Amino acid sequence: MPVEPHVTSPRTLSEAYALLAQQPHRPVAGGTDLLVQITGELGDPPDRVLDIWHLDELRGIAVDGDALVLGALTTYTEMRRSPLVAEFLPALSEAAATIGAAQIQNRGTIGGNAANASPAGDTLPLLIACDAELVLGSERGERSVTAGEFWPEYRRTALAADELLLRIRFPMVGDRQVRFRKVGTRRAQAISKVVMALAWRGDDGTAPWRDVRLALGSVAATPIRAGATEAVLDGASPDQSTADRAASTLAGELNPIDDVRSSADYRRAVAARVLHRLIREAGGW
Amino acid sequence: MTRTLPPNSQPTAAPDALIIPLETRVPGRATTSLPLRREGPAKLTGVAKYADDLVFPGAWYGATIRSTEPHATLVGVDLAEAFDWSQVVVVTAADIPGDNVVSLIRDDQPILVPIGGEIRHQAEALCLVASADRETLRAAKRHLSVRTERLPAVFDPLESTEEFSHLEVGQGDLDVGFAEAELVIEGTYRVGHQEQLYIENQAMIALPHPDGGVTVHGSCQCPYYIHRALKRSLQLTDEQAVVVQAETGGGFGGKEEYPSMIALHAALLARKLGKPVRMIYERHEDLSATTKRHPAVVTHRTGVMRDGRLVAQEIDVVMDGGAYCTLTPVVLSRGVLHAGGPYRCPNVRIRGRAMATNTPPNGAFRGFGAPQTEFAAETQVNRIAEALGMSPLELRRLWAYREGDTTPTGQVLRESVAAPEVLEAAAEASDFVRHTEQTGRARAARASDARSASGIGLAMGWHGAGFTGSGEVHIAGVASVELTDMGVVRVLTAQTEMGQGTKTIFPQLVAEELGLEPEEVEVAPQDTSIVPDSGPTVASRTAMVVGGLIIKAARRLRAQVEAVTDRPFPDSYQLFARDHGGMRVDERFEPYPNVQFDDATYTGDAYPAFGWACAVARVDVDLDTGEVIVRDVVSADDAGRIIHPVLAEGQVEGGTLQAIGYATIEEIKLVDGRYLNDRLATYLIPTSLDAPRIEAILVEKPFSGAPHGAKGIGELPMDVGAPAVVAAIHDATGVWIHDLPATPERILAALTGAPTPAAPGVSVRAPDRGGA
Ligand SMILES: Cc1cc2nc3c(=O)[nH]c(=O)nc-3n(C[C@H](O)[C@H](O)[C@H](O)COP(=O)(O)OP(=O)(O)OC[C@H]3O[C@@H](n4cnc5c(N)ncnc54)[C@H](O)[C@@H]3O)c2cc1C
Repeated sequence: MPVEPHVTSPRTLSEAYALLAQQPHRPVAGGTDLLVQITGELGDPPDRVLDIWHLDELRGIAVDGDALVLGALTTYTEMRRSPLVAEFLPALSEAAATIGAAQIQNRGTIGGNAANASPAGDTLPLLIACDAELVLGSERGERSVTAGEFWPEYRRTALAADELLLRIRFPMVGDRQVRFRKVGTRRAQAISKVVMALAWRGDDGTAPWRDVRLALGSVAATPIRAGATEAVLDGASPDQSTADRAASTLAGELNPIDDVRSSADYRRAVAARVLHRLIREAGGW
Repeated sequence: MTRTLPPNSQPTAAPDALIIPLETRVPGRATTSLPLRREGPAKLTGVAKYADDLVFPGAWYGATIRSTEPHATLVGVDLAEAFDWSQVVVVTAADIPGDNVVSLIRDDQPILVPIGGEIRHQAEALCLVASADRETLRAAKRHLSVRTERLPAVFDPLESTEEFSHLEVGQGDLDVGFAEAELVIEGTYRVGHQEQLYIENQAMIALPHPDGGVTVHGSCQCPYYIHRALKRSLQLTDEQAVVVQAETGGGFGGKEEYPSMIALHAALLARKLGKPVRMIYERHEDLSATTKRHPAVVTHRTGVMRDGRLVAQEIDVVMDGGAYCTLTPVVLSRGVLHAGGPYRCPNVRIRGRAMATNTPPNGAFRGFGAPQTEFAAETQVNRIAEALGMSPLELRRLWAYREGDTTPTGQVLRESVAAPEVLEAAAEASDFVRHTEQTGRARAARASDARSASGIGLAMGWHGAGFTGSGEVHIAGVASVELTDMGVVRVLTAQTEMGQGTKTIFPQLVAEELGLEPEEVEVAPQDTSIVPDSGPTVASRTAMVVGGLIIKAARRLRAQVEAVTDRPFPDSYQLFARDHGGMRVDERFEPYPNVQFDDATYTGDAYPAFGWACAVARVDVDLDTGEVIVRDVVSADDAGRIIHPVLAEGQVEGGTLQAIGYATIEEIKLVDGRYLNDRLATYLIPTSLDAPRIEAILVEKPFSGAPHGAKGIGELPMDVGAPAVVAAIHDATGVWIHDLPATPERILAALTGAPTPAAPGVSVRAPDRGGA
């Protein structure tokens, strides 16, 4: 049954900050998560909603110094169409293309994906693997939180009640390679069973990998990094024995659950197999 | 592309002249251009009124309070004092004037569980509330609570001791057959629930009459089922109960029996309140509470000779009926009657039983028991072909029914057997032989670490046309064609339009007989106060059975008018109406000649005729993840006579896609008898990106008992798609998936040798609740 909470649509960021400082509001960006949640069926709807769609301060894709910066309101369609994303972070346009379908991509935002804090949020592992920084703001000022610290527990973020997520900074590291892979139930409109982002630094070819980051979604209560597997990969060359060891380490280190979308066994097995494939493809064997 | 087989053509190895040019005149086929869907423009422009679009001033909103336990005693319903109950109306079982049963086959399902009564499944209706606005309704639901005492629950049909029905069919001597057999192959196949997922949720609006009667408007397939249910439980006369079908957004069987329940609920609230009440389900409620396809466990033991001859078939079918009987015995019987597949076998025994579990009742769904057993039969045949080292196509050429063969009920297939034609047509169009060689070579050469694999698979099937056994005789449907005194020709039947084309083909059939254009024939609304009871819109019977009745009625109307006017009908009917007034011709179903069935022994002509189908699917399997992409499907379907090729192709394409969903991703998991996949976020069906290219080949092998030869097409493609996909997965990967859906979880487990995931369709117990 429809519910109709009170909605305010500020025109400027300072107006939004002032409203948030006065009273708690639930922000709405594209609304593709929020509108599903506030049917009245799934718990009490929020009393007040803050429509941030008109805050142009939260839009835009730009290169700022050594970082690619996406405003929190950047939609998946904008990511897919952006030449900057294609050039500096192609894995992000790849990820954007797997989310929902055209309608969701037109409305859904990267900020909404991050702030919604679903363990199945598809961009979240990518943010973690790329050492992204989330810039938060309020009347009290701005601060940055690393992606690794942004989701402390199930469906929680580092955002304070009066804060908005403003933008996301992806540091541009010259020799960093990033791969993304999502396993869902169907070819569109599918929530992930397992989603994985793998980043490493190294020369082309089979040189040893450095600064390896392996982040996964849908396998725990929050998006996680697979530390033991990263340790196997760090300093190793992407050859068959590395792939074998990394895959079995990953299967051992994950502790997913059975749920309505998939099983723990499948998630563990498929994560290991997908990782094996990514290493193999990178190693070119 | 549409290709059709000339009538009465003989099977050939490679039929190449399958096309009847559109201008060829066959009964019922439009002679000029094909008529557009009658209700299409209204649907396209948004003018069509579905139940929730209907406005009745002053109507209240109704809601259903449901159980949250699988098995319990209802001890009491408590209304909290903190709420002002004068703003709402509450209905319990005590408010039902007549019988507290949803009238169907067995009188076991209550409309509302009475206080002290037994709750038999999750989401069972306990009481009803209505209010003038939704806000108050929500508040009332929060202040209403139910007290229950839990009872032990049964979830596995194999463990259940409560049987809804059983039956056995067979011929020959199994012992002799197995003694003769050189090879015996066994297999157990399991299928889970499937949701119909009509686009429009269940919806009914009830309007009370001053005399205690009631009119309901809503989404349904069978207005007269609802009519009977209302009369019985509200103690109404024929005239006091009126059922009007609103535009209906899909049914697939899901709106066969369930609408009686929701209509009764709306009517009970409306009568107590004295105002119209809207009962419109949201998707979550619809998925949680309404009927699904029956899960089944099918066990095969088959005896064959090394040269491929089939000598013995022993088949055991167990279906899970859920908590109440609904249509289960009829679903089981259709499942059992089709369980052997369309194959000649001298020694057969098929046993079936349908068991009760504490899960929501299962009911009608496109195919009605046959998709379950035909998946098992076809997968068994494909495994036998593999065991014999024969091509699955060759084996079927050897086994497929031909005219003169006898089925396990002793039915002699005297005519209209297109098994060989559909097999050859699908094999040829899909280039099955060449592709099989290619995929076989690729499989042999594949490295152990390959990332993907392609495969091709074939399955065939049959589908009894119309009701099983003496069903049509019991229904004794009446349909009419009328010339009104205004000079308008109209068709009066209770057959509903739900997207499949009833309103388009009926005018075609009548116009053809009367020499008119289809546009000149009107269709009377599906309103029980206007149209006769021509039976339910189910079992692919509309085109064949009721289509036949209106052709006969039209012929009589034409003869009577022409006898008076002595001029051709098209030139004289309007003058006839002006001078003599209107004329209505009723036609009642007469048994088809030489069709006899004994319900007691289950022998004889189980169906007046069968439709035949063959599907070939090609898939790609991701060997890392077990994900399947169905690339293309060729489906050859024989419907006797194609009345409207575009609509017929639509049925084949839709049925094929529904079968692909059944084969690959549509699964319902249950905990404590409750469906977990109870939202569109978790019950996933194929999207347009998942849809393969589908080539429909329409084959015509007419049935002489129907004046136009039609046999029905809606269910056929649903029977063959899933086993074809599973065969293709095997061709790609080398593993057989015995359980549907063949999810990546099941495929990866089979590929890696991990334990087989839990059987589909069986509930697990919630961890905090003790087992029963
Ligand atoms: C049909 C469908 C398919 C989907 N498919 C996918 C998929 O494949 N993968 C996937 O990951 N997700 C998917 N989603 C979920 C959703 O589309 C994404 O999470 C999307 O990125 C959310 O963005 P939004 O702007 O719509 O968020 P909203 O719904 O507007 O907001 C989501 C949450 O974030 C908060 N929020 C939003 N912006 C800010 C901000 N700037 N500062 C502070 N808080 C904020 C809101 O208060 C709310 O709690 C799907 C959703 C639907 C309905």
